[in-house]
Amino acid sequence: METIVFGLLNGVSYGLLLFMLSSGLTLIFSMMGVLNFAHASFYMLGAYFAFTITGSTSFWIALFIAPVLVGLVGAVVERYGLRKVHANGHVAELLFTFGLAYLIEEVVKIIYGKTAVDYRVPDLLNFAAFEIYGATFPAYRIFVIFIAIAMLVGLWFLLKRTRAGLIIQAALTHPHMVGHLGHNVPFIFMTVFGIGCALAGLAGLMAGNIFVTDPAMAVQMGPIVFVVVVVGGIGSLEGAFLASILIGLLQNFAVGINASFADLFGFIGLTEMSEVGSITVSSLAPVLPFLLLVLMLIFRPQGLMGEQEL
Amino acid sequence: MTSALSLKGLNKSFGPASIINDVSLDIAPGERHAIIGPNGAGKSTLFNLISGLYTPTSGTVSLNDEVISGLPAHEINKKGLSRSFQVSNIFTNMTVRENVRCGVLHSLGQGYAFWKNIGSNKAVQEKTWEVLEHCALTDKANVPAALLPYADQRALEIAITIAGGADVILLDEPTAGMSNTETARAVDLIRRATEGKTLLIVEHDMGVIFDLADRISVLVYGEIIATDKPEGIRGNAAVREAYLGDEALPEEVA
Amino acid sequence: MSDTTQTFQNLAPSAGAKFRQRTLPILIFAAILFAIPMTGPSRTFYTIAHQMGINIVFALSYNMILGKGGLLSFGHAVYFGLGGYLAMHAMNWIEAGSGIWGAVPVFFLPLVGFAGGALAGAIIGWPSCRKAGTTFAMISLGVAELIFAAAFMFDSFFGGEQGISGDRMNGYEMFNLSLGPIDEVYWFIAFWTVVGVIGMWAFTRTPLGKLSEATRDNAQRVQFIGYNPQRVRYLVFIFAGGFAGLAGGMAAVNYEIFTPDALSLVPSGFVLIMAYVGGITYFVGPIFGAILLTYMQSMLSDFTEAWLLYLGVLFIAIVMFAPRGIAGIVFGFFDGLRGDNPGRFLGRWLMRLAGILLMLTGLIVLVEISVRWSNGYGEVYEPFGLHLDITSVLSWVLVILPAVAGVWLTRFASKEEDGQ
Repeated sequence: METIVFGLLNGVSYGLLLFMLSSGLTLIFSMMGVLNFAHASFYMLGAYFAFTITGSTSFWIALFIAPVLVGLVGAVVERYGLRKVHANGHVAELLFTFGLAYLIEEVVKIIYGKTAVDYRVPDLLNFAAFEIYGATFPAYRIFVIFIAIAMLVGLWFLLKRTRAGLIIQAALTHPHMVGHLGHNVPFIFMTVFGIGCALAGLAGLMAGNIFVTDPAMAVQMGPIVFVVVVVGGIGSLEGAFLASILIGLLQNFAVGINASFADLFGFIGLTEMSEVGSITVSSLAPVLPFLLLVLMLIFRPQGLMGEQEL
Repeated sequence: MTSALSLKGLNKSFGPASIINDVSLDIAPGERHAIIGPNGAGKSTLFNLISGLYTPTSGTVSLNDEVISGLPAHEINKKGLSRSFQVSNIFTNMTVRENVRCGVLHSLGQGYAFWKNIGSNKAVQEKTWEVLEHCALTDKANVPAALLPYADQRALEIAITIAGGADVILLDEPTAGMSNTETARAVDLIRRATEGKTLLIVEHDMGVIFDLADRISVLVYGEIIATDKPEGIRGNAAVREAYLGDEALPEEVA
Repeated sequence: MSDTTQTFQNLAPSAGAKFRQRTLPILIFAAILFAIPMTGPSRTFYTIAHQMGINIVFALSYNMILGKGGLLSFGHAVYFGLGGYLAMHAMNWIEAGSGIWGAVPVFFLPLVGFAGGALAGAIIGWPSCRKAGTTFAMISLGVAELIFAAAFMFDSFFGGEQGISGDRMNGYEMFNLSLGPIDEVYWFIAFWTVVGVIGMWAFTRTPLGKLSEATRDNAQRVQFIGYNPQRVRYLVFIFAGGFAGLAGGMAAVNYEIFTPDALSLVPSGFVLIMAYVGGITYFVGPIFGAILLTYMQSMLSDFTEAWLLYLGVLFIAIVMFAPRGIAGIVFGFFDGLRGDNPGRFLGRWLMRLAGILLMLTGLIVLVEISVRWSNGYGEVYEPFGLHLDITSVLSWVLVILPAVAGVWLTRFASKEEDGQ
């Protein structure tokens, strides 16, 4: 029972964090067709900027300023970098963001050093919210869930209830048409890219003090975010949400299951002695998302809720 | 008498939208058949259905009495049906000669061979030359396809289409965007290139149609409203109604 | 009427042109490789040269699917690794003399690598090659992560974190090479590099090779010349995997150890950079890329800590300003010299080069100062006897001035070109 409860709590909070990170990528990918390889790098920048700002002022100021800063960096990257490469096709754009990821990581190493920085949970939130089955659940995680839901609601509101959101939704699936209707599509692209990066930065700000803030953050989170976006389906924020929660739950539950393959498949003669038999479900947890990715791409390339294929 | 190409009760819907509605047509071997109709009538969809890019919602397409609907496009092509595209669909990063050479490979039994040198194969070279000559592209053989002027690209499009020696040729608006002289040359090329073969051609230029076609079908809103020899179509009331304001009436063409 | 037997020979390149464009470069390449040992190179030189040979074959194999096939893969190191691991095991079987392996010379282990890579390509490629584009790229990423994780689960094949090691000085000595001293290993590497290059070049001259290019250009059209684009991609994928495995086999013999790191996303990313920087639209592009990047990886890291940063900048610069890569730049240069106005062309070129060098100077000064400052050891950047720390005005002058001048100069050179 306790495995289930903790699996659920951790899974949902991690899933929401993933959604914060992947919602930005979904927006960018759906609208511009660019699979932003550097998306997790903006996530990392969010954490580092938050660290710096928290260091000189407070976490609460960082909460508002850091994502904006990251968004601005994103907008500049789009305006002066991505836009130029756009003419050379999707592969070139992907490669550009690939190189950008490398670059951001190295610059971060230079400015902040190669080891982790001490980005800590603010004292105000650094307590145990409640106790279940003898283990505590941190209040900060509740805060993360709260912020993530607020962001979700804000995003939904922006897209479904404002005029700007309507235009963005249209541009998500039919950018050319929106251009023909007279809207400044390059400006929209830049704005959306900036918002997407800002969301990633927000996720980094939130996650950087739970997990470690070091230059390897981006490389660790990056691939999983792609899995979420692809599994969720293009053009679909709902799909990204579903996929995030699914993967969050999947990983957190799997980690708690210590059963080995021998335990599960003993009936076909697998024993603990063989290599295959000794693999435990929990050791598979980090790669389950990729298994899901490959299976999804083979059998249902449009993802859970996407309309077009990749 | 067997038809070269036979459509029976062909239907194609995308979701609730029915694009092709109960189309039936029989085309005799060696016949030159034109399809005309206002924009949006479904001509491209029809071509896609016949050539295997779309699967019919219901109904069948038969090539020489063999059902081909539902087969993948390359299988249909291997059975002897080839098509061109409205927007030039050539290999832009290769020269004209390489384009045509790729087109002849399969018919000469080259398959997916990775053990043979493509350059030393005499049969491939000869056939490539033949096709280039037939389409008057020999002096442009080493020009990269992307650098060709528009009319030559269309000619290359036709060259690749006939290179494999298919018996049934589908041409989708081959003279689109051409000047009068270019059109005349294109018609001449089409006539030479499809001699003895069955031709199904979509066109908007009435002059071309009436010059080339043995029979004409008129497609409106996914249905064939008339199939007849050119003179019959000219005098057909339903056809004139459908075309009112859309196209130049046949007798107004010089 | 025209004479067919004579005229189609007019279309194909003449025998002389064929020799110049095709055979001659390979002969020159082989001659260079032959001549290198005669200059009495150092051990370091040999080490780098061997790594270059391996990377050349690896990068060329990657370009079979990227440049010629149009498929972007993020997991090509998987085939390098699986081929290499198989060769590694075979090396141990040769040492143990088990079965027929007792008679196989270590010299031919790269062929075992080829077989391993091709087999892996056949199995993994089957579901992967159904689609192209981003779908394929994502599948390759997922597969790479899965295989890398699996490498830590199956110790018997992958050897866990320490990997599998072996001894190449066993079995029959081919060409009287014991493969002990480093200059003997050189011949091994040189041989297989040439074999790899010739093999992959020959592939582009086959029907399948041409179809692969056609599929990259226009997969839909390929259907209408009677070929299944999926099948074309799949077959090419198998060959690309095979040649990657060949490189893996070369590495197995060269380093006598293989670890799961060789399968990770890091080498997969590196081979992508090698091929792209070299130039994916030219056959020789990846060769240039492999040579340059191997050099950067080995030697540049001795000069500066920030070599990865420079690599990132180089890569982005190529993507943004020179998408045809180094090969594109080199061939463009020679084309320009043969063009209408060589003097003017050369002048503009030199201007641009000067501009780039100035910008590079500014960048280097900035990066080197920053790195030392960030390390916090109080180290200061001291090139050519100048003392440049983060507070001195000279430092910032040396950053900003060359950068600005460089940007202005390259802009000017480009405007010259446009205005012509």
